[in-house]
Amino acid sequence: MVAGGLGVGKTTAVQSISEIATINTDNWMTEPGRPLDALADGQGKTTTTVAMDFGRITLESDLVLYLFGTPGQPRFWTIWEDLCRGASAALVLADARRLETSFPAIDYFERDADIPFAVAVNRFDDVLPHPVERIRAALELPEHVPLTTVDARSRSSVARALITTVGHSLRQAVLASGGDASGGGR
Amino acid sequence: MTWLAGLDPTRWGRPYTRVGGRIRTPRPLLVHTLVHVPHYDASVAATLPPWARTLYQRAAASSPVSLAELSADCAIALGVARVVLSDLSAAGHVHLGSGAQDPRDTVVLGRVLDGLRKLA
Repeated sequence: MVAGGLGVGKTTAVQSISEIATINTDNWMTEPGRPLDALADGQGKTTTTVAMDFGRITLESDLVLYLFGTPGQPRFWTIWEDLCRGASAALVLADARRLETSFPAIDYFERDADIPFAVAVNRFDDVLPHPVERIRAALELPEHVPLTTVDARSRSSVARALITTVGHSLRQAVLASGGDASGGGR
Repeated sequence: MTWLAGLDPTRWGRPYTRVGGRIRTPRPLLVHTLVHVPHYDASVAATLPPWARTLYQRAAASSPVSLAELSADCAIALGVARVVLSDLSAAGHVHLGSGAQDPRDTVVLGRVLDGLRKLA
């Protein structure tokens, strides 16, 4: 899963590394609306549309990695629960100039989901306005959560951010199984 | 289309009228559930309603394919595709991946890492 607030570069990141044209429409994933939506618009609306970026990377002839870029708003969290059931890991993208837009996504993975996640700060214009460790403090990110930077436009940079994320998930999985994670997955 | 008789348009979003307002499937179908058509049968396709035929034919053409890709390629809402494919599976026309594979299996994650390193 690739999560984060609006405008942090999810679409760009998924497009950079996907081998298929990224599926990005605002209506292919129409889901039954929740009561909240019906109340909110007063029209008894029964469906809500979800914007989502979907990409694919064939890693081996029998191994495909799917990327799902999902909006970080609470109204979409029923979709997230579905995605989390099959996710290997989550990468939360953040914009250093607007860190707060990624707070809900970080909150979600910290408290409401049990899939390992990492955070990558998108280097817009190759400029990072704050040192990474100051960003970690501002995000109140626990020490065990990897924090890295990424250029969402660059395939290799996105690949490295995914390596950080999947590597973290692998270490967590090894630890959970009682193994020694020190040598694995970097 | 017997379900049409009981259709209450105020209760369902328009896409769901195609599946009689059903939104649940007997077992959960995830966005990455793989859809496989072992034996495409044109005579089966001819008997299906248009949206089900589209899904069946597209699934056969790129088998196996994820539910998300199939839904997007056919421009059929994910929730609708889920129900239609579940019906096609129950009828034996498509095979749905079991989803039994643990996405955080250490062997799988290790292979994913190796694959990603080639892209970095």
